[in-house]
Amino acid sequence: MKNRKHLAVSLLIAMALAGCAGEEATKPATGGEKGAAPAQTAPATDQSAAGASLSDREKQRRAELLAQHRVHFAFDSSAIDDEARAIIEAHAANLVANPQIKISLEGNCDERGTREYNLALGERRAQAVEKMMKVLGVAGNRIKTVSYGEEKPLCQEHNESCWRQNRRAEIVYK
Amino acid sequence: MRLVTGWIAAAGMLLWSFAAHAVLTIEITRGVDTGAPIAIVPFSWEVPAKPEQNVSDVVEADLARSGRFAVLPRKDFISTPHEDKDVVFKDWRILKSEALVIGSVRLAAPGKYQVQFRLYDVFKQTQIAGFRYTVGADLLRSVAHQISDIIYQKITGEPGAFSTRIAYVTREEPPRGSPVYKLQVADSDGFNPQTVVRSAEPLMSPAWSPDGIRLAYVSFEDKRSKVYVQNLTDGRRELLAEFTGINSAPAWSPDGQRLALTLSRDGNAEIYIMRMDTRALTRLTFDAAIDTEASWSPDGRDIIFTSDRAGSPQIYRMNASGGSAERLTFDGDYNARASYAADGKSITFVSRNQGGYRIAVMRLDNKTQQVLTDTSLDESPSFAPNGRMIIYATEVRGRGVLASVSADGRVRQLFKFEEGDIREPAWSPYNRELQYKE
Repeated sequence: MKNRKHLAVSLLIAMALAGCAGEEATKPATGGEKGAAPAQTAPATDQSAAGASLSDREKQRRAELLAQHRVHFAFDSSAIDDEARAIIEAHAANLVANPQIKISLEGNCDERGTREYNLALGERRAQAVEKMMKVLGVAGNRIKTVSYGEEKPLCQEHNESCWRQNRRAEIVYK
Repeated sequence: MRLVTGWIAAAGMLLWSFAAHAVLTIEITRGVDTGAPIAIVPFSWEVPAKPEQNVSDVVEADLARSGRFAVLPRKDFISTPHEDKDVVFKDWRILKSEALVIGSVRLAAPGKYQVQFRLYDVFKQTQIAGFRYTVGADLLRSVAHQISDIIYQKITGEPGAFSTRIAYVTREEPPRGSPVYKLQVADSDGFNPQTVVRSAEPLMSPAWSPDGIRLAYVSFEDKRSKVYVQNLTDGRRELLAEFTGINSAPAWSPDGQRLALTLSRDGNAEIYIMRMDTRALTRLTFDAAIDTEASWSPDGRDIIFTSDRAGSPQIYRMNASGGSAERLTFDGDYNARASYAADGKSITFVSRNQGGYRIAVMRLDNKTQQVLTDTSLDESPSFAPNGRMIIYATEVRGRGVLASVSADGRVRQLFKFEEGDIREPAWSPYNRELQYKE
């Protein structure tokens, strides 16, 4: 139910962005999580010459991914799924193209389980994103990680939809 | 009380006097009637204006909460003696009361109250304890808790833990503005709360020093976790750990000379031991998994901690000087944040059980595990220093509250504060300072 809503929101956004629907509109589920919470505005856009060689559709898709600053995790996990991977790749590309930008990665957990363990788990989530960004060419000295454990939930209710929103790493542009 | 910390004294006084009236009610959510029957006659008050703290009411509430007593209803009393000469044992034998408590409060000098009490064995018809205290109005509650401790000790043969305190963290979210976090310390019954630290960023993991004078805790006031230690008598505090990565889960060694910490300065959450005199660090765990939530055995020899080295969080034990770790928990896929009872024979921890996070205890001799609660988001269990009660945090209608359960699971109660979200209670050691007995 919720996933379907996400898909619908993503579709709408994708269609609005792309201007025309086309086959691209069948894929935007990879963007996911749109409904999680208002995303922060991306402070930087891709200014590289490489951008010119991208098709409009690809540009739109990257802009859409770049507008997302949260990646989500399964319970007690720091594994990066396809949805998260796409978002991280978009930000990594943006960072490579804009070497002046620094970021911090903030790891968070849902309320279940113990607080100190979750503090360590939140760090592991931030580190998982950091590791992937480094592999994608972002210099380590441009990334700071911090964990808030379960102390900074986005959503205060005690149900899975809320917990999913809270199990996240946030990509924060400095 | 002496908890006044310098920098918060002025603002704090206002806060406390407000908080003292606003606080809480305690609701016994699960009880037993198998405790020792005891009659507590309301103490006589020979004072011009009755002070707010009713000593005998506090004693009655303490004993009822412990699960070790069946407090007889006052309406059944045949007589209400306050002096030794007025006690008629037959009146109490009829009620099948094993013990009787009588007492009085009178004005000794302006602002000074003299509290007397006597405890009797009804069947032997003898007095088994009797003391007199002279204190100011502010100490009447702590005198009441001391009386409860004496009664508990005389009847059960074990020390009481009513004169102890609890530390906990509150989070209040005003309708406008950002949340406020407070590290607070209150009496063991939740009364008399006092704010130790106040911050706009999260506070975590309060840990009592063995002398009950200092609290170590985690503060995010610099936008990341750092470990501080604060003296409760003079309010002074020191920054202990601000290494790269997380700085968390402080736990004092029983001799107060060392602090176990979780640091990720080497890239991964590991347990370290810090010497309090030199601040020298020794790394204790070496594992790619999360290792955290250390707690010391009462003899200071062992550390128990949480690790997900086997794929899910479980409790392990190792020598505090290093070596290999032995896995203690095997029931279920989530066991974490363990701490010892003062006798070292059992531990309490959070265990996922039937989908809920519940409070469990394990006897270390035969590793039998017992789940004590049936709610779903229970956390931060901590034994009373006498090992008979466990305080923990739970959630009621979306709000964090404190609760306690007897170590055998038979008696449970909720501490209902009026506002805010309350978490991470930590039960203090015995307080050896609070003795006013004559």
